Amino acid sequence: MKRGLLLAGLVIAAAVFVTSVAVLLLEWRAHETGQTTAADIGGPFSLTDQDGKKVTDADYAGQWKLVFFGFTYCPEVCPTTLNRISLTLKALGPLADKLHPLFITVDPERDTPDVMKSYVSAFDKRITGLTGTPAEIDAVAKAYHAFYQKVPQGNDYTMDHSTLIYVMRPDGRYETLLRYDDSPAEMAEKLKPLLQQG
Amino acid sequence: MILRDMLGGFLALFIAVASAGQTHHYKLGPLQIDDPWSRATVSAAPNGVVYLTIKNTSTAPDKLIDVASPVSDQAQVHDMKVEGDVSQMWLVGSVELPPGRTVTLAPNGLHIMLLGLKKPLEAAQTFPVTLTFEKAGSITIDVPVEPLGATGPSQGS
Repeated sequence: MKRGLLLAGLVIAAAVFVTSVAVLLLEWRAHETGQTTAADIGGPFSLTDQDGKKVTDADYAGQWKLVFFGFTYCPEVCPTTLNRISLTLKALGPLADKLHPLFITVDPERDTPDVMKSYVSAFDKRITGLTGTPAEIDAVAKAYHAFYQKVPQGNDYTMDHSTLIYVMRPDGRYETLLRYDDSPAEMAEKLKPLLQQG
Repeated sequence: MILRDMLGGFLALFIAVASAGQTHHYKLGPLQIDDPWSRATVSAAPNGVVYLTIKNTSTAPDKLIDVASPVSDQAQVHDMKVEGDVSQMWLVGSVELPPGRTVTLAPNGLHIMLLGLKKPLEAAQTFPVTLTFEKAGSITIDVPVEPLGATGPSQGS
């Protein structure tokens, strides 16, 4: 009897071990190959918006969202992306009302709510700029599998960062990606049928 | 009176036409610097960029060793790339100019980064940038500012 229990215990322990190893291996492979499954992307976050208000993912529930990461010191990718997104909003016309672009900084040290506000509003007032504590930014970037890294440069620094734009459904689930080199027309084409769904 | 107004009008028109047709080409010894341009920045953005091409018509190599502009606290040559959906940027000490070759500073690659702009760059304005080369010496060029979404100079050669 006792041996039976012990055996059962061992079997369970072995099963748990094998599963953990398998999960770890899969995660490692996904990391190595840069592949993540759709279900992995997104999740709850807690950040501060451009008006200094504490917000969570729940504040944006029920809307289609474009989530992307960058920083205001960025000379090329970020202004280009923000500009393309403002043109996409224009191209979508009234459908754009169903879409909420969220620009999350990966440089919270320099990107305070005030900085974010004047930065995003120069492109389109419908874009919301989000910042937070380094830990909050780290958590949201991890949730979206968005890479970022501080790179020292003399007595200054710059940021390496993911250029992907995540299209998130009103229920918070991941739908698809837009890429940095997609034109506003291509972005609008991809978004139109989704926004028409509701 | 009418004649004077007309003359003024003609003069204004002449200046407008002359500046619209102006292309930006410079020569410094064997070096040819073409089509410099920059992109407008928004008020909160502290940094700007300058792009251009440099052709070395000499049989000897040269090197771009310094960049400077009064519009920003600092100017540096940077390189960047977007690879695997990640944007990376790094400081480049100098730019080699091999003989007979053209080096292009353009979006998604080599660029002059203006760090700490004193005020935002506005479309249609121009500003000076001084380039210093190891052998050819220094030259100050006028850089026109293109609109925010621009991906190239508006006045090609």
